[in-house]
Amino acid sequence: MILDALSVLLLLLGLFFFVSGLLGLWRFPNTFARLHALTKADNLGLGLVMTGLLFQVPDVLWAIKFVLVWLLALVASAVNAHLIAVFLHRQQERHDESA
Amino acid sequence: MNLLDGLWGVLDLLLVAVLLLLAMAAVLSSDRRRSMMLFIVFGLVLALVWARLHAPDIALAEAAIGAGLGGALLMATLRRDTHQQTDRFPQHPALVWGAGVLVMVLGTAIAWGLLSILPTVEQTWRKGAAVDAQLAFSGVSHPVTAVLLNFRAWDTLLELAVLLAAILGIRALGYVRSTYVTEAAFSQLAVWLVPLLILMAGYILWAGAHSPGGAFQAGALLAGAGILLRLAGYSYAGLPTARWLVRLGLVAGTGVFLLVGLGLLGWGQGFLHYPVAYAKWWILLIEMLATVSIGMTLTLAFMGGIPQKEAA
Repeated sequence: MILDALSVLLLLLGLFFFVSGLLGLWRFPNTFARLHALTKADNLGLGLVMTGLLFQVPDVLWAIKFVLVWLLALVASAVNAHLIAVFLHRQQERHDESA
Repeated sequence: MNLLDGLWGVLDLLLVAVLLLLAMAAVLSSDRRRSMMLFIVFGLVLALVWARLHAPDIALAEAAIGAGLGGALLMATLRRDTHQQTDRFPQHPALVWGAGVLVMVLGTAIAWGLLSILPTVEQTWRKGAAVDAQLAFSGVSHPVTAVLLNFRAWDTLLELAVLLAAILGIRALGYVRSTYVTEAAFSQLAVWLVPLLILMAGYILWAGAHSPGGAFQAGALLAGAGILLRLAGYSYAGLPTARWLVRLGLVAGTGVFLLVGLGLLGWGQGFLHYPVAYAKWWILLIEMLATVSIGMTLTLAFMGGIPQKEAA
């Protein structure tokens, strides 16, 4: 019962971060800011959701898989955000040089 | 309970609506890059839909091959497409919309036709019960793998042959000119991710015997590792540098599948009719080699062929 309550609390918290990330993606003025909002909120939101689900796993193997999923998503989102940011940065530099 | 069912109903409707909207947006977008991104997202949502239909095997395959590798192939194609200066489709919008409406009408008609004949053929059409009844003789305990590698092994053999034909076509187009800019982030990522991907491919392949997974999903993971290595600057993407080894790897899946089938035929068993006691081992052998072939084929498809030997 307490575990269920903890799960619900963490899932709701995670949801809050997802929604704020979404708002940031929607409302922020430029791509760098949007990336920032998206990755921050996504990572934290997914982490909270995964932690919430950890209280519901039947055995340790499930828990390991959940943590692995979270870690992979962290790595993927960090690298993706980095690549997009680097690409944009270079494009802007090129633009500045030609201007 | 009723509230929960209702919630799932709403979620399902939402999923289908998003899927349809993404499909329309991907087709109607005039920008190729955007079309491609939308197509990738479409693949991911489609994977969720398959998961909701309790078809985890197809969900895995769709996410890994349809969205992941399909997306990577599309991106690689877009990069190479250098003479296309304007990123625009030349079609007239009326033509695009007309074709879209036509396809939708046709699709609805087909779906309606299938739905209307479904009840009358239900008894003879649905093979789920038959598969379950024969599962104990298949050598595996997961019904999807039993169908793919035993009951309908013939279909899977032809699927592998299609992949082989595709890679032969790609290689017939000639050598590839590499145009990738190596990102430091990728080399760091590869160090961590490639061993993990290979481990996961092995796990998914092994898990296929008793739960969702199998050669295609495992092969897709290997191909993911290959693509990552290619982007990290390894011009051979982890493939063997000896040509004959690459060729051997490409044909191994189809070749051994065919040899096993013919061998069993010669043994008096019938084409791909495994003897029940050894079915598991034949299936494991075929799936392992198929995984290697699928992984190599998809990696080579991304690279556009084997890179030319550097001048010694």
